[in-house]
Amino acid sequence: MTSLPNREPGAPRLGLVIDLDTCVGCHACAVACKQWNAGGHMAPLTDYDAYGAGPDGVWFNRIHSFEAGTGDSGCGSRTTNFPRSCLHCEQPACVTVCPTGASYKRAEDGIVLVNEDLCIGCKLCSWACPYGAREFDQDVGVMKKCTLCIDRIHNETIAEAERVPACVMVCPTSARHFGDLADPSSAVSKLVAERGGYDLMPELGYEPTNKYLPPRPRPTLALDERVTKDSANDDLPLHGLLKWADRILAR
Amino acid sequence: MHPAFSIIFFTSAAGAGYGLLALLGLLAPFGLLPASPLFGLAALALALGLVVAGLLSSLAHLGRPERAWRALSQWRSSWLSREGVAAVATFLPAGVFAIAWVVLATGADGGGSGVAGVAGWITAAMAAVTVYCTAMIYASLKPIRQWANPWVPRSYLALSLMTGALLLNALLGVAGQASAWSSLLALASVALAWAAKEGHWRHCATTRPVSTAETATGLGHIGRVHLLDAPHSEDNYLLKEMGFRVGRRHAVRLRLITRLAAFALPAALSLGALVAGPGALSGTLALLAAAAAALGVIAERWLFFAEAKHTVTLFYGAGEA
Repeated sequence: MTSLPNREPGAPRLGLVIDLDTCVGCHACAVACKQWNAGGHMAPLTDYDAYGAGPDGVWFNRIHSFEAGTGDSGCGSRTTNFPRSCLHCEQPACVTVCPTGASYKRAEDGIVLVNEDLCIGCKLCSWACPYGAREFDQDVGVMKKCTLCIDRIHNETIAEAERVPACVMVCPTSARHFGDLADPSSAVSKLVAERGGYDLMPELGYEPTNKYLPPRPRPTLALDERVTKDSANDDLPLHGLLKWADRILAR
Repeated sequence: MHPAFSIIFFTSAAGAGYGLLALLGLLAPFGLLPASPLFGLAALALALGLVVAGLLSSLAHLGRPERAWRALSQWRSSWLSREGVAAVATFLPAGVFAIAWVVLATGADGGGSGVAGVAGWITAAMAAVTVYCTAMIYASLKPIRQWANPWVPRSYLALSLMTGALLLNALLGVAGQASAWSSLLALASVALAWAAKEGHWRHCATTRPVSTAETATGLGHIGRVHLLDAPHSEDNYLLKEMGFRVGRRHAVRLRLITRLAAFALPAALSLGALVAGPGALSGTLALLAAAAAALGVIAERWLFFAEAKHTVTLFYGAGEA
């Protein structure tokens, strides 16, 4: 069913909280995700021309780098590494547009999944997602997406500490946090409350579960006059040979 | 958005087929169409042929076409599913209408016209519903502001009616039965479709983008946001499918082609057919009008996709979408 489920009262809403202050843009999450999911629930994560001139393939994590505040006065601009993956929205249009029932949102934990046996590969769900979370596997002919590592987080055959998504497990700066965002007392909910976690493109009304923590404010430094002063017009304190060279070169 | 030819052909051919089918179903019960089985057969074959060719073309777009039947199941939430159901359901009244009109009503005794009338009007209504569902597949996608507006169903319905009316006028012309009303109908439908398309273009040009690189990243409180490094060196699925970029020069030229071939030429040729009166000349003009419109609508549909900007481009360097 591609109609959205009624959320069970008290059901968790599992998702990620991504800290843009501490992310160093190392792509480890993307690689760990690719490694786990290439053999996981959504396997295979097909690559095309992997060793050729134009490698391409299906990935569930893409790490962008943005600069914000360019051109403003002072040294206030921030370079921010920005991991992008499925946000497991509360209003996922990728689910409701699906004509076959292949896309669905789980009532028990809010995870958005694709049943690859039902998918006809019409690609409409990827058009309906504002965030680019879904990638088409042209070899298998079906749509693929992040599963929130459903085969890790509920997996009783691995150690309890490892029952988190691969991207969270691997992050060297702990920029990714996994937990229940429906529970206000959970660690991730507290983090969101403390740090002002926010939704991406809230204006579209998809109500993403995943939250992003903004870069912590930094003091804006005034421009350093020694750097900005136009030294070319200054009378340089030159003597002797240097003064002669300066005169020759300035011609 | 990437303009896939399978989808361009599907929406334009099926649109024209449903337009013609609707007009046949509406007008035949009034006795406005030639009462010859050959005309009925040719007209229905053209209409249903275009519909079937379009639907088959849409299957070519699928990754797993053998599972296409599953798309009929989620009509409660999905416009694509609703379109599939409506398309299949339209064949039922269309079949009854075809038999009643071609085999029974156009016979010497004129029997079966009551059945042809009811089935014809149901067919016309179902054809309109199907085209509306096709348009709503696009109009329901919030990440693409050029699509998520009421001008999309308006222009899809009007263009479907226009291409149907031009085909009907051409068919009547070829059958030597061209008449003033069919040329007038063609002319009026071109005017309506032109107005709807200009309305759509004006809407896209005048509304402000909803989402920006700042809202996509949430970093707007720091200042203007721009992409420093893309996540990958080569184009991925997202960029190939959603990041299609059309040169501004081509867009301007294609709009000119659309205005000329889809609207101005068919209008002028239909007017010529109206003035020329019944005869070989008006038939030729009506046929040329339909041919020009076919080219024009394909250009229009290519632009519909190529000019649509998806919000995922905001993560890849676009400032607004």
